[in-house]
Amino acid sequence: MALPKYTEPHYRIWHYFYIFICSCVFFFLIAPLFVIFPLSFNAEEFLVFSEGMKRLDPDAFSTRWYHDMVYGTKNPWGLAAKNSFIIAIFATLGSVLLGTVAALGLSSRHMPYKGIIMATLISPMIVPLIISGVAIFFFMAKVGLAATHTGIVLAHIVLGTPFVVITVTATLSGFDHSVTRAAASLGSDPVNTFMKITLPLILPGVISGGLFAFVTSFDEVVVVLFLAGLDNTTIPIQMWTGLREQLSPTILAVATCLIVLSTLILVTAELLRRRSERIRGINR
Amino acid sequence: MSSETQTILTTDGIPLEESLKKAEKKNKIKAFLLVCPLLLFLIITYVFPIGDMLFRSVDDRMVTNMLPKTYKAMEQWDGKELPPEEVFEGFYLDYKKLVEEKTFGKLATQLNYEKNGFKSILKKLKRKMKKFEEGNYKEQIMSVHKRWADVEYWRALKRRAPAYSYSKYLKGVDMYENEDGKIVQVPEDRRIHKILWVRTVEVAFFVTVFCFLMAYPIAHLLATLPMKYSNLLMICVLLPFWTSLLVRTASWMILLQQQGIVNDFFVWIGLVTDDNRPEMMYNKVGTYVAMTQILLPFMVLPLYSVMKTISPSLMRAGKSLGGTPFIAFWKIYFPLTIPGIGAGCLLVFILAIGYYITPALVGGASGTLISNHIAFHMKSTLDWSFASAMGLMLLTGVLAIYWIYNKLVGVDNIKLG
Repeated sequence: MALPKYTEPHYRIWHYFYIFICSCVFFFLIAPLFVIFPLSFNAEEFLVFSEGMKRLDPDAFSTRWYHDMVYGTKNPWGLAAKNSFIIAIFATLGSVLLGTVAALGLSSRHMPYKGIIMATLISPMIVPLIISGVAIFFFMAKVGLAATHTGIVLAHIVLGTPFVVITVTATLSGFDHSVTRAAASLGSDPVNTFMKITLPLILPGVISGGLFAFVTSFDEVVVVLFLAGLDNTTIPIQMWTGLREQLSPTILAVATCLIVLSTLILVTAELLRRRSERIRGINR
Repeated sequence: MSSETQTILTTDGIPLEESLKKAEKKNKIKAFLLVCPLLLFLIITYVFPIGDMLFRSVDDRMVTNMLPKTYKAMEQWDGKELPPEEVFEGFYLDYKKLVEEKTFGKLATQLNYEKNGFKSILKKLKRKMKKFEEGNYKEQIMSVHKRWADVEYWRALKRRAPAYSYSKYLKGVDMYENEDGKIVQVPEDRRIHKILWVRTVEVAFFVTVFCFLMAYPIAHLLATLPMKYSNLLMICVLLPFWTSLLVRTASWMILLQQQGIVNDFFVWIGLVTDDNRPEMMYNKVGTYVAMTQILLPFMVLPLYSVMKTISPSLMRAGKSLGGTPFIAFWKIYFPLTIPGIGAGCLLVFILAIGYYITPALVGGASGTLISNHIAFHMKSTLDWSFASAMGLMLLTGVLAIYWIYNKLVGVDNIKLG
């Protein structure tokens, strides 16, 4: 953002000050994530940069914590990763299915009581997780689903659907309904119209909602803390326990893997968003 | 010219208006049926359980059902002096049954919530009761421990008689119903909950303020920079947004520890001496710093989406009409961003007020919030009805803000990513 030549000096100073402030904030946002990366390759057991690391001595770096993460004895991460993926995948499928169908109804202009219903459907995102956790725990205990995968998946569907509803209704808000009418006039039944016309058009929104639901489930600690038994431990639960008891570098190895995963998800989500905007003809 | 209006008919001979209404109704039902599965699912697994929490928070039938004979005999007792023999007899019979069923422990726990010291005298009573003779239970029970002869304990017992009570809510705001049935505050040194409420609101408020102060300039920069730069910088906002909360908290734990990088930096620039490194974790400082960084994207995104729609020519127009850049900003740009400010602040405040993970990990004792207290009662003291009551009080506050948010911004305007 170059300044025009005629800018007065005090505005010039102000402008550089503003750029400086912005840089500081960006640094504050992003820098903490990059601390984890080098420390996870620490050869020592401590969570500080050793003298060797500061000198960039190759002996001070090792992949032993990654090795420990995968092959370590009595290692909880394997089971936790398996559980996390199973739960997140099923929760995502459930959220996407329920959320997309509901969003289709919600974006119809004939929908009665739209405001109140929308507010109800979004509420799991707004209500503090601890309250959702307590309420869902009581419910699952009552129906005998506490400490089961099914119970956790159901809970995560509750938490994930608001994201799907929001993204899909946003996609549908720019949707040209005349294409579905055109399909109908050409003799297509509603299901066929949905599968052949509507779904391909709103797919980017559906997938990005699904990504949100996946991340929500994959990251979720509070509700799982109440619901999980020993067999349902997930990556966040293991991290939580590790962070509370002893910060070992193995956790940093796991954290690095999670950052890589979230970068992949971010890239996918961004690409989808741009594609969706292109399809809907929004040019910024 | 005829004055009567001609009703327009469809080909079937039905008035058009009626036919249209019918079609509309059909569409309405169709739309509603699509929403139905999710709505039903949420009502069963979410709305109903929260309602159940409400019931649980006032439900006090456990003690009532455990001591039926005692409470029946107590109906006539005025609560001024020690209760009559019938009450003691009823209590003896009830408690004997509980001991036989091995459920007396629950009673002891419950009564101890009401008045400290109940647990030990109940245990003592259990041991001595085996040798009790028939008749004159008043004397025999009173001889077990001097507290059984204290009318206060019997009054406390009587207070648990009603099947439903709001006492947990009173406890949540450090009040209780005293012996005369008046609602009073607990002694000053025991008002722990009030401190927690104030601290929660305070932390949420300041985190919101910090987030706003930091988010406003960068949202402005993102909105005014050319696309190719802003997309790159946007990653700085979105990457933390997509990264696991625990990972971000872990990185703050590493940064803020006493031998951590932030402290190293302070020593290096000479702000503090090496042997006098300040404690930045396990207190409020840690909570503030970590929560601000974690919630910052939720402030940037709504601000950005509003600023994106403001045309740069407005500022130029302001300046060309003689305003300095500062006046142009204050009179033109800032008022236009108020919807974004409202949306961001409310969102961050709502999220901050119910935060659990980060305060629990970096907050220590002086940085814990209401949520942590609820979890504590759920997991450690197992006083679930109190946890429910606290949760519902917090929920009421959050829903009030949510309602304002809905009025001001509209939930369907929430944007993600």
